Amino acid sequence: MLNKQANGNAARAALDRVFQALADPTRRVMVERLSRGPASVSELAEPFEMSLPSIVQHLQVLEASGLIRSEKVGRVRTCQIGAKALGNAERWISERRATWERRLDRLGDYLQVTDPERPHKKTTSRRKP
Amino acid sequence: MTDSNQTTRSVKHATFTIERTYAAAPARVFAALSTKEAKGKWFGGPAEWTRGKWELDFRVGGREVSAAGPPGGPEHIFVAQYLDIVENARIIYAYDMFEGEKKLSVSLATFELAPAGKETRLTLTEHGAFLDGHEDPAQREHGTRWLLEKLGETL
Repeated sequence: MLNKQANGNAARAALDRVFQALADPTRRVMVERLSRGPASVSELAEPFEMSLPSIVQHLQVLEASGLIRSEKVGRVRTCQIGAKALGNAERWISERRATWERRLDRLGDYLQVTDPERPHKKTTSRRKP
Repeated sequence: MTDSNQTTRSVKHATFTIERTYAAAPARVFAALSTKEAKGKWFGGPAEWTRGKWELDFRVGGREVSAAGPPGGPEHIFVAQYLDIVENARIIYAYDMFEGEKKLSVSLATFELAPAGKETRLTLTEHGAFLDGHEDPAQREHGTRWLLEKLGETL
């Protein structure tokens, strides 16, 4: 019982963060943009006349809500839509697709290793990150 | 069999396509898709999963059953029936996905193989019906679901 209530409170707090994040028009534009595909921070900043620190602050609010997530590769931080912004069906599709992407990469590895024209080459598996 | 006591009934349809080009003739790619020994090398879940039952009867009307799951977790079971086979060119099967006893989805998967010079272009198209979306109950509170669905629609 207590546990259930605690879960309820946590869920409400998480929900508050989602609504708070979406209450701002700038952040809504950012979520809309990311729903079409990943983008770098500078790409997300482009439509706004706003300082980079302000942009980053908006992105932090969105990330804390779970609506987006970000990853830094080299010097570029790339943002993408987070699991909370996806319906269950969309999540299912992205999981199915990811499973197939992995399998088809493994198929590629298998075809390479078993290539009859390169019998001496024991290729190490080459997989996309 | 799906649980008849479940209150929420829903079906969501979706389609996706993935393309790959392999440095191999269509016959080799077709063999990797259709023989048990070769398919065992690449088909299946993540490496750390434990493999369960596996059958492959590759002919129109034949079945494929593949079960695997994370250590200690529910088994994921794939049950397929082959519907159309054109040697070195096309394979179509329908399949159910189960997580333990629960049926998650019913799909139609089409593999098309086309020669591209010395290589082969593989196109996988999947049409899926996602059943009774197993939701995180917390998401249902306070109309979040509606919000998430609206956002999902913009994808």
